[in-house]
Amino acid sequence: MAIFINKESKVLVQGMTGSEGTKHTGRMLKYGTNIVGGVTPGKGGQTVTIEGKELPVFNSVAEAVAATGANASVVFVPPKFAKAAVMDAIDAALPLVVVITEGIPVHDSAAFYAHAVIKGTTRLVGPNCPGLISPGLSNIGIIPGDITGPGRIGLVSKSGTLTYQMMYELRDFGFSTAVGIGGDPIIGTTHIDCLKAFQDDPDTDAIVMIGEIGGDAEERAAAFIASYVTKPVVGYVAGFTAPEGKTMGHAGAIVSGSSGTAEAKKVALEAAGVKVGKTPSETAALMRAILNG
Amino acid sequence: MDLFEYQARDLFEAHNIPVLAGAVATTADEAEAAAAIMGGKVVVKAQVKVGGRGKAGGVKLAVDAADARTKANDILGMDIKGHTVHKVMIAQAAPIAEEYYMAILLDRANRNFLVMASVAGGMEIEEVAHTQPEKLARVGIDPNVGITAAQALEIVQAGQFPAEVANDVADVLLKLWAAFVAEDATLMEINPLVKTEDGRIIALDGKVTLDDNADFRHPAHEALVDHAAANPLEAAAKEKGLNYVKLDGEVGIIGNGAGLVMSTLDVVAYAGEKYGVKPANFLDIGGGASAEVMANGLSIILGDTDVRSVFVNVFGGITACDAVANGIVQALEILGDKATKPIVVRLDGNNVIEGRRILNDAAHPLVQQLDTMDGAAAKAAELAAK
Repeated sequence: MAIFINKESKVLVQGMTGSEGTKHTGRMLKYGTNIVGGVTPGKGGQTVTIEGKELPVFNSVAEAVAATGANASVVFVPPKFAKAAVMDAIDAALPLVVVITEGIPVHDSAAFYAHAVIKGTTRLVGPNCPGLISPGLSNIGIIPGDITGPGRIGLVSKSGTLTYQMMYELRDFGFSTAVGIGGDPIIGTTHIDCLKAFQDDPDTDAIVMIGEIGGDAEERAAAFIASYVTKPVVGYVAGFTAPEGKTMGHAGAIVSGSSGTAEAKKVALEAAGVKVGKTPSETAALMRAILNG
Repeated sequence: MDLFEYQARDLFEAHNIPVLAGAVATTADEAEAAAAIMGGKVVVKAQVKVGGRGKAGGVKLAVDAADARTKANDILGMDIKGHTVHKVMIAQAAPIAEEYYMAILLDRANRNFLVMASVAGGMEIEEVAHTQPEKLARVGIDPNVGITAAQALEIVQAGQFPAEVANDVADVLLKLWAAFVAEDATLMEINPLVKTEDGRIIALDGKVTLDDNADFRHPAHEALVDHAAANPLEAAAKEKGLNYVKLDGEVGIIGNGAGLVMSTLDVVAYAGEKYGVKPANFLDIGGGASAEVMANGLSIILGDTDVRSVFVNVFGGITACDAVANGIVQALEILGDKATKPIVVRLDGNNVIEGRRILNDAAHPLVQQLDTMDGAAAKAAELAAK
């Protein structure tokens, strides 16, 4: 089963002809992701061969969908052109759009998020995220495919490298799906969306949720867990030592005044019955204890 | 990037939002000259990016230019909540009849923009929200639609502004929205927005935050950067394109990915409790940890005199550990004798065996490897304690 992506995912790569797009198209193809073509405005009609597979390039997502039956896209378009690319995918009613690009102005993200909500036909993941992987089924984005295999843990995280670290720590168990939701102030798919999907997914037994300073997404996720999630959830929050008013790498990772602190998030999660690890390894140990009964 | 008040004032003026005459001064001489040009009473205001400056004595009325000089002398060099005052703004004084509030900001929770407007201004808006919520209008804005003239009037009415100023305040709101969009702001706050005794509506004090991700379409924003206030190490790191934040501890940190580096700081802080040491910085070298990036990062951290040990924590996702290991070896060659502090390295993930082998073969006397993040953090903290 897994969530959001599976064997049926037919994926377009927006920005496939750029260097990042080409590199990661190759990695995804190697993994077995069903890439059906690319979109680069102005380069429609060309074909490119990556990992021995000949892939058509289209001028727009709508053209690409008509020709290939694609139902997902992954966006590697640079920040300057990312808004146009995502709007194009939403206008084509693509069910899943995964935005890897880092550094998109938040006015642009706000615009395409609002557009997606009004259209009601697209799930956005990201921006500024590593994408998502359902091990053994499909891998959309830049998460390394060789860390671990299929299993019954669901993972949702704001951070890419912490996603990899946690998959590695729990590699003997494996994952149903791992979703990197991204570290920007406005993101499409939230912790809550993933928690709900994992709760409803018969192939997921337990959930790891990784958060970090900034905003109140973790607090809202905690409230959601208390009201909806019955599967065990283990949490981790990064940024206890982050100073107030400084952006820590991710555009959204900032403590403003007394809001957005790691401590507040930890307290909220624990109040919802989530076991919160002090370090990634302790978090993994908590999950291990749950799965070992 | 947060702006100073005088920069916010200038930005408002550029977008036709009504403001009073204002000038920035870095010396008492300049303050006096600016006050003389304005004539009459002026207000001398400390320019610091922190609230509560009025209570701290950073805002003073001056009756004439000579008095402005005295007041500027008093305020320049003051310490307000850890911020040294390097600049004052000389602003025309205006007889105020009423104080209002208006702001537009990024609303992360609702993933859109939020307008707040209230007839009750001049104080912290959190206080208004708490004590007089009925006087505070809070309206979400669809970024693809913006604020219409009719909606602006509705918001002003909901904020309980008096009818005689409603049109003028709504007009300011429309201009503020235009400025907010045009400048890629995440916050534009006017507090107070005042009605003067002669009935004019004026933005008396402003707070502006601009989105750094949008710098590529705002070349003019570069001139707003406060280079003087930046920590020299942060400035050097920024010049090299590194994501670096200076902290006040002893263990230098280098890692890949914002989340992992934040986590590394926390793990080092826990491990350091025993030794009385803390992380010295945040440094994310990102996806491509080339030798050059590693050398730049290491040289920034080794240039920090507070640093006593360094912890390099990398989980190779796309980045291959052999590339990181080569980066460390080459960085140490480039740095030569300048590298004097012990470096603890933890590598995992993509090509880890080759990465560890490269570091073992290089056998640099300053470098030691540990297999786990927790173990390496403990070692780095222990070395910093010595």
